[in-house]
Amino acid sequence: MFLYFLRRLAATIPVMLIVAVLVFLMLRLTPGDPAAIIAGDNANAEQVALIRTRLGLDQPIIVQFFIWMGNLLRGDFGESFFFKKTVAELILGRLEPTIALALCTILIAVTVAVPLGVLAAYKQGTWIDRLVMGFSVMGFSVPVFVIGYALIYLFAIKLNWVPVQGYQPLSQGFGGFLQRLILPSVTLSVIYIALIARMTRASVIEVLGEDYIRTARAKGQVESKILFRHALKNAAVPIVTVIGLGVALLIGGVVVTESVFTIPGLGRLTVDAVLARDYPTIQAVILLFSLVYVLINLAVDLVYTLFDPRIRY
Amino acid sequence: MESEPVLDIRGLTVRLPAGADRLNAVEDVSLSVKRGEIVCIVGESGSGKSVTAFTVMGLLPRRVLVPTGGQVRLEGEDVLRASPQRLRELRGTRMAMIFQEPMTALNPVLTIGDQVDEVLRIHTKLNERERKAKVIDIMAAMRLPEPERLYQAYPHQISGGQRQRIMIAAALILDPALLIADEPTTALDVTTQAQILALIKDLQRRRGTGVLFITHDFGVVAEIADRVVVMQHGRVVEQGPTEEVLRRPQQPYTRMLIGSVPSLEPRPRAPVSGPVALETVGLAKIYGGGGFLRKERMVRAADNVNLHVRKGETLGIVGESGSGKTTVARCIARLIDPTRGAIRLKDAEIAALSQRRLRPYRRRIQVVFQDPFRSLNPRRTVGASIIEGPVNFGLPEAEAMERARSLMKLVGLSPDALTRYPHQFSGGQRQRIAIARALAMEPEVLIADEAVSALDVSVQAQVLDLLDDVKRRFDLAMLFITHDLRVAAQICDRIMVMEKGVVVEEGPTHQVFTAPRHPYTRALLEAAPGRSFGFGQAA
Repeated sequence: MFLYFLRRLAATIPVMLIVAVLVFLMLRLTPGDPAAIIAGDNANAEQVALIRTRLGLDQPIIVQFFIWMGNLLRGDFGESFFFKKTVAELILGRLEPTIALALCTILIAVTVAVPLGVLAAYKQGTWIDRLVMGFSVMGFSVPVFVIGYALIYLFAIKLNWVPVQGYQPLSQGFGGFLQRLILPSVTLSVIYIALIARMTRASVIEVLGEDYIRTARAKGQVESKILFRHALKNAAVPIVTVIGLGVALLIGGVVVTESVFTIPGLGRLTVDAVLARDYPTIQAVILLFSLVYVLINLAVDLVYTLFDPRIRY
Repeated sequence: MESEPVLDIRGLTVRLPAGADRLNAVEDVSLSVKRGEIVCIVGESGSGKSVTAFTVMGLLPRRVLVPTGGQVRLEGEDVLRASPQRLRELRGTRMAMIFQEPMTALNPVLTIGDQVDEVLRIHTKLNERERKAKVIDIMAAMRLPEPERLYQAYPHQISGGQRQRIMIAAALILDPALLIADEPTTALDVTTQAQILALIKDLQRRRGTGVLFITHDFGVVAEIADRVVVMQHGRVVEQGPTEEVLRRPQQPYTRMLIGSVPSLEPRPRAPVSGPVALETVGLAKIYGGGGFLRKERMVRAADNVNLHVRKGETLGIVGESGSGKTTVARCIARLIDPTRGAIRLKDAEIAALSQRRLRPYRRRIQVVFQDPFRSLNPRRTVGASIIEGPVNFGLPEAEAMERARSLMKLVGLSPDALTRYPHQFSGGQRQRIAIARALAMEPEVLIADEAVSALDVSVQAQVLDLLDDVKRRFDLAMLFITHDLRVAAQICDRIMVMEKGVVVEEGPTHQVFTAPRHPYTRALLEAAPGRSFGFGQAA
């Protein structure tokens, strides 16, 4: 098991290398010149060329790549073209809001979706099942920003329960932190509730047809224990897979939500960096996202063994 | 109390949902089980025997099967009128049930000890230490080795026989008055089956449990039952003491059922002297062992298998699960690649041919599989399934269809059935279709892999006759894989007995059955249920 873990960790290295090459090349192939953006609208050609030399953009692409890689290996992500900070500082400053938003979202999604899915499975074919599945289809269909603005309108503007937007770091008090986090998290969680509830329902329905469920009934077990003790644990593997996928997709989702709620997280940073053609920042953020993807996949594979003793690595 | 039966069913009727092939799943069924008595309900699939058992337990699928009449008294209490709450109290304490498939009847993600303990957690107020002691106790009483260690094990880590012992342990831990056993040994090997039957008999005698034992197997009935209830189409056809019913059956249906049980006495057969159609030399299939960077366990699924089958001859490969009999069949059909050894089809060596070079030989070896419900594609018509092979090998579709029509007649089905789908046929009919599909390829070798094992006895006899008939008609070399000695005795010219991947005995059927040389063959023969009854000779 530990060996397996080490092997999987080692396998992330080539993945990260490929991502690094792809990100680097794609950024250089997209139109837009960071030097021109930094220089501003009134700059002349010489000023732009000067900036380009200062940023090292006049070097051949291959040379730029190896300089970047060399720095990366030494743990240096470089300096932002635009924000006058090192990329590492920039990312560290934006990490907390994004992590808080992602964790809060997935927490809401799982605690709401799994019981809903189990309930729908147990009440398969009844109005309860149809209600849950109807909600689920809606969750898939309505775009995140529509839900976001609708919630802001209702809870922030009309009811005045929470602030409209913004973010307060955890260090300034838990109440305010949670108050500003709750709307964006609910917004973002809707689609994952839909996804996870559907998967839970399908998976539990399948398990409820198994012989050992009948055995549990023959022992005189009550229905709630049958559902949560016998069925859910057996249904867990596909559910955990979807939750893992959800966490991975979430990282993409925060870009929109952070913009709607003006939360200064990694999503906003990505948008700003792309608009400014801030190559070092974009590269670092995307590398970081890919690393998280790979690690989540590994975590999901390891979590399987908690639920199913037949899975051993 | 002494005179009152543990279970008394009177006039039970259970309605089927609208649109089923008959109105009631069971109709006007009356039977009783006394304390310390084993009553067998025997019948073919669809006879209503399992529905009767599930009705007693209150485990019928809600709203699908509804009891509409009669009484089911458990120690005097009518369970049909009991509340769901009361039924839950009764299950596990006064009545318990064990099932056919011990692999799937245990929850794979919970430990064994936990699953036996569950009954105590539901129904008693014992503390954890008392419960564990009680669980270990009953596991020891089931003659399970090292109960302390097994307590922590998961179902996939133990054998099928041990799993069934665990099921019985969980069922009997609170000493119920009634144990319902639904085909509890059907999925087990004969030697394991014999042990489990002995265990059930011993336990019920010592604890005085009343047992309602559901089975389709008259051999098992002869071994275990005090009384027999024969069911057909949801009705009780005949009931009485075991000796009485088996020796002097009153009803034609009972007589037909008993007559269909294949005899352990092989029919006399003249040796076949045709040319050798199929031969293997030193055939082996070995899994694992070659792991890179980590050690893999090496499993010899089959090793050093030498066999030959002549044209017009049936060679039986007999063995329990894990003996390697199916591995040999799959290697010969090249469904899996043998590790080493030779497979000769007439003079062609096919063991090591590449998939592409193998293709022309595929047609010449055809397989009929065990489960006719899964070996036919449910989304294609029967005709499409039958002609697929010949058309792949270049036969024009019209000709292939013509061939399919004549084959359908040959296997005893109407050619019109070609346009229908597999679910519209019964198990026996599907197996006939599977045989027609194999024959459509005009093979030289036919492999029947447990081809009649999933069928009811009366149907089994017909399909066996059909296989024997097509073998003779087309002068086929047949390889007949089975775990069932009775079936093997009826159809095979020669028998090969396999154990743990190797052949332990081989010879003419008559010789293997009457003068077995290897101890394993003798053990298999002794374990065959109902030996003393000599089924099939009277018929």
